Amino acid sequence: MKGILKLAYKLLVNDKAKFTALLLGITFAVFLMMFITSMFVGVLNHASSTVINIGATIWVMDPAVQTVSNSVGMPDYVLDAVRSMQGVKYAVPLYSGGALVKLADGTYQSVTVVGLDDTSLFGRPELLEGKIEDIYAENGFIVVRDAEFSKLENPHIGSELELNDNRGVIVGIAKVSTSGLYGTPTLYTTYERAVQYIPNPRYTISYVLVEPKSFSDVQKIKQQVQSLGYLALTKEEFMQRTADFFIYQTGGGTNILIMTVISFIVGLSISGQTFYTFILENLERFGALKAIGTKSRDLVGMILFQATFTAFTGYGLGVGLCALLIWLARVRLPSYAAMVTYTNLAIGFAMVAVIAAISSYVGIRRVLKIEPFDIFRG
Amino acid sequence: MPQVAIQAKGLEKWFGEGEAKTSALRHVELETYFGEMVYIVGPSGSGKTTLLSVLSGILKPNAGSVLVEGTDIWSLDADALADFRLNKIGFVFQDFHLFPRLTTAENAAIPLILKKKDWNESIRHAINYLEIVGLKGRADLPPVKLSGGEQQRVAIARAMVSQPDILIMDEPTASLDGDTGNAILSFVHKNILNVNRCIVVVTHDSRIYEFASRILHMEDGRLTGTQKGAA
Repeated sequence: MKGILKLAYKLLVNDKAKFTALLLGITFAVFLMMFITSMFVGVLNHASSTVINIGATIWVMDPAVQTVSNSVGMPDYVLDAVRSMQGVKYAVPLYSGGALVKLADGTYQSVTVVGLDDTSLFGRPELLEGKIEDIYAENGFIVVRDAEFSKLENPHIGSELELNDNRGVIVGIAKVSTSGLYGTPTLYTTYERAVQYIPNPRYTISYVLVEPKSFSDVQKIKQQVQSLGYLALTKEEFMQRTADFFIYQTGGGTNILIMTVISFIVGLSISGQTFYTFILENLERFGALKAIGTKSRDLVGMILFQATFTAFTGYGLGVGLCALLIWLARVRLPSYAAMVTYTNLAIGFAMVAVIAAISSYVGIRRVLKIEPFDIFRG
Repeated sequence: MPQVAIQAKGLEKWFGEGEAKTSALRHVELETYFGEMVYIVGPSGSGKTTLLSVLSGILKPNAGSVLVEGTDIWSLDADALADFRLNKIGFVFQDFHLFPRLTTAENAAIPLILKKKDWNESIRHAINYLEIVGLKGRADLPPVKLSGGEQQRVAIARAMVSQPDILIMDEPTASLDGDTGNAILSFVHKNILNVNRCIVVVTHDSRIYEFASRILHMEDGRLTGTQKGAA
């Protein structure tokens, strides 16, 4: 079989024009599909940035919350109630909200303010500069150095800012694993300072962050929170809930699905048509091979090999091109929202496998139908 | 007494059914022997190509049998028949059917590759046969760089590379000018034909009759006569 596959390989790659067209078709389709889904995954990931960066095991929230950035305030008794629940090791409040910072030139820049529990500072970011205890200093804020950092005019330790007509002082510069979705700088401070500086409705706790005593307590805690009229989600569930919102309630998922189907159709059309033309052009020669004594299964093997080789070479090129462009984009925009995940890769792989299967099926049908007698008849 | 290469008995072949039924072979019986070059001649539509296809294991007859070296080829299953063609029969087609994207040597090596021989060894063997057919130094060229006569020689090298006992040639001069056709058949007669090989040629071309051992005339699906050839 090895020699026959080499024969199939040479027949394929020596026809440079068609092989190039086949590769371009599949590469382009894979690139489109990968890039679109990677961007969407990146957006979803950034949408859950607070959940990822804080890192709590369980998040307690109002049942109306759909995404982490749209919290609904909860009364203080919820925190007390959660703390007294069975299976809870500890529970702390978290504030998450928006504010306006007045810049030196008099313009305003919106920021995301995260208020950490005053006692534990649970969910604190990793500091690049400064000391975490300085967050307790008067008007102390920690700023995140991400792609949005420059929007606050690149502050340094000691920089002052005016936040909702209150004075703030930068006491630390931090980094986080994931930047936010909305392009606003992020400031960390204590919970008490956050609710003091930012005008709030009656209820101020955005989330209650819970650490269970053990993993087996998670379900029990969720049931107790539910009986209280609130919702408890694990970190992964909260990220999924946020993703579901963007997928199903914003139309984003439908658009991505449409674009993926279009890229699939483009790939299938170009490569299927080109491969079919390649088979048609060589049909008489395949018939001659049959006459000489090639078994049908060997011919099927040759065509499957050609289709599979082309498809997966195109897949590799498409994935590589996508990764290259994302890398180039990140050189300019460090928080560029695109991520190649195993799911993206698997979807792309499946798509290419279907293209290869359909293309080879069409070719195989034609080749198996041709009778060697037709070669003699001309 | 020469040994029988192909023996056909009571061959019937028709296409279509009912009113559309057309008989291509009508009770054809023939024997060919090793060491002879048999021509099957006749007007278009007389059944020459159908007979050649039936004799070479490509087209199944509706009735009758074909024994090649004593084996009833139409009693073999599809795989065994393919193996039989690969091992026992060499084909030279009217339009050569060479792969334009392969080199001359790769084209000539195809039967050995199909027999799962080592690639490099197959190419070396094919180059030897290209030398035999007078194409030394052309092994790395694609067929499109060769003349019609040279392409036909490549086709002959491909047919002969696995050393089959029987060579089937379908209108071998139809795509060639008179001189080239003559030269090709002369070459086959001198260099390919031997006491252990039988060559069956279907042709319209009376200019190459001089190389035939026997000429079988066909008309309307029947063998209508045998003529001793000049060779």
